[in-house]
Amino acid sequence: MATLVQAVRLALHYAEENLGVTDIFGEDVGPPLGGVFTATQGLRTAWNSPLDERGIVGMAMGIAYAGGRPVAEIQFCDYGFNVIDLLKVAGNQFWAGAGNFPLPMVLMTPSGSGIRGSLYHSHSFESWASRLTGWKIVMPSCALDAYGLMLSAVVDPNPVLVLLPKALLRVKGEEKIPGEPESDDELRDCIDAPVGDRTNWKPRWPPVREYFVPLGVARRVREGDDVTVVSYGRTLPLCVQAADQLAAETGKRCDVYDLRSIFPYDWKAISASLMRTGRLLLVNEDTEVTNFGEHLLRRAIDEHFYDLLVRPRLLAGRHLPGIGLNQIYEQNTVPQLAHIRKELWELAHEPA
Amino acid sequence: MSRECNPEHTDGVTLVVPEIFSGDESLPVDRCLQLHQLMVRTRVLEERMIKMSKSGQGHFWIGGPGEEAFNVCLGLQVKKGEGPQYDYLHLHYRNSATMVAMGMPLYESIRQMAMTKTDTHSLGRNFIGHFSCRKWNVIPVTSVIEVQYVMAPGTALMQKRLSNDSLTIVTGGDAGTAEGDFTSCLIWSSRPGQELPVLIIVTNNGWGISTPACSVHSEKQIIDRGIPFGIPGAVVDGNDPIASWHAIARAMEYVRTNRRPFLLEAKVSRLYGHSSSSGALRVKGEVDCIERFERKLLDSGLVEPHRLKQVHWEAEAEVEAAVEQVLAEPQPGIEDIERFCYAPSPVDAVYPHDYTGLPR
Repeated sequence: MATLVQAVRLALHYAEENLGVTDIFGEDVGPPLGGVFTATQGLRTAWNSPLDERGIVGMAMGIAYAGGRPVAEIQFCDYGFNVIDLLKVAGNQFWAGAGNFPLPMVLMTPSGSGIRGSLYHSHSFESWASRLTGWKIVMPSCALDAYGLMLSAVVDPNPVLVLLPKALLRVKGEEKIPGEPESDDELRDCIDAPVGDRTNWKPRWPPVREYFVPLGVARRVREGDDVTVVSYGRTLPLCVQAADQLAAETGKRCDVYDLRSIFPYDWKAISASLMRTGRLLLVNEDTEVTNFGEHLLRRAIDEHFYDLLVRPRLLAGRHLPGIGLNQIYEQNTVPQLAHIRKELWELAHEPA
Repeated sequence: MSRECNPEHTDGVTLVVPEIFSGDESLPVDRCLQLHQLMVRTRVLEERMIKMSKSGQGHFWIGGPGEEAFNVCLGLQVKKGEGPQYDYLHLHYRNSATMVAMGMPLYESIRQMAMTKTDTHSLGRNFIGHFSCRKWNVIPVTSVIEVQYVMAPGTALMQKRLSNDSLTIVTGGDAGTAEGDFTSCLIWSSRPGQELPVLIIVTNNGWGISTPACSVHSEKQIIDRGIPFGIPGAVVDGNDPIASWHAIARAMEYVRTNRRPFLLEAKVSRLYGHSSSSGALRVKGEVDCIERFERKLLDSGLVEPHRLKQVHWEAEAEVEAAVEQVLAEPQPGIEDIERFCYAPSPVDAVYPHDYTGLPR
């Protein structure tokens, strides 16, 4: 099965050949490197930009305004903070300009912890991004969703931010991408650039096909009637693991949702699940003060106060200046399996 | 002064087209009268909108009195239309004269000032001078200083891929050049082998709200910023429409032909301060491009005083009629608040048409 980052690459290949993508660019995005995580290796329209995040976003806006379809990359979301006002402008121009200029641009950036990235390669961005009105924000946690969400991001005529969980980029999917080769080795031989000299290397693209994951639709990863768990990105597979352990050890079953779209989010799914279970756990790794999960928590309380059996929980990253390099910091700053297990056990067993 | 020149030969008869000079440069008198009329119409418009900001018919005024000479010449030389085969304009909030010269009816500006539902630039949402016009490639103007300079290389990149002469125009003030986005524009427009057809304009009025440029900038002239990037430049007296016309024509010709960037700095006035936030009172001691041009026109002996007065009277009547019309037009309603948050999307399950409140 393709890894998440291979899926991104396959999606971008499909998009530049079939969906009108004209430019895939950013720092080290073009040859020879093809992205620091290899997300853009071998792509026909990929090119290297100056090391200038504001220039990257501005260039993408200009290309989109002039009829192109850009996919720009900020190398790490940690370096997107100096672009925040430009992102705000990108999100409000259609509204401010009376609908005269749609802005069909995609911005992708790796987000979150999990690669021992220290202070500036571990940030999360979705809570900041959720305040950028006019944008749509997605975050896949598996290869197939990465493929389908990227194609939807390209087709959507609005600015779409694709957050890539860097801890999961090398994780293989459980489902095949339409048109993906039979074996992992064959896929690797087709699309992974060799280490070293790549002068004469060219990818042999497999015949991948159209597959859209609609924006605003969560994926139900586990079904159950005892607890609702909502997560995305790096913490999603940890939630699934914890839910499976809970089921095995106690028989209590979780309804686990991969939100996939941060905005618009699938409130219908969360709401319906919550009505059944009365117990809600939200998990993400962004810092806990003014966390995106707090918004969902607010809606859960506002709209389901009398449906809740026990207090709902949000497990998020700690409100600290950063994630320190020594693993004592990372392991105790952002949610790990043990933290999720603890919250889940308490939530599942709290008397109603 | 005027000199007779530019003879045209028609059927063996030589017609001498009278021209008006500024130094060694000149324009035909008809062109000068056209420039004058556009400058006056814009000035009268701006002054009326200042009144609106003070009378409660609008909330805030910012604009370009003092930049009419340069901006009119810019607007008239734009290759206007929709799409990359035409010029793109990344303007700022002092470009009303550019829009008027391009053919924008004055009531369009007044609609934005009066925040009406009929305001096609922003639906009554944005400050005055924040134009947005798809049919002329005028990218939405934002109050955020200098961000237009990082978008300009993007439209220019798409234009460079066409085999025509369209270009991207980006313009802003001198104070904003301190932002990194100005340097970004220089870098992205001049990448080796990837040079882009961007006409980078700075209208230099010498002020950043209340801060004199000379107190915070050490460069002698802004166009020197282009030197390390190999971007040629020129400085022009932006209060002189004849000089401005030719400087813009030369700069555009360079960009259209060479498909490379050019930096043009226009020295202009700021006749009513920064905005209504600083009172929007007439400032003494600044050159008034209209007064100066009118003296030149009269000194030429080719234009009668009553003709110039007529232009003012007609402009005032036009503006008053436009104000009267616009004030009778509807205001935005509750139904407009969420309009145009999103363009319709075939892949969005929650907002297939537009934003409709929080996801349900």
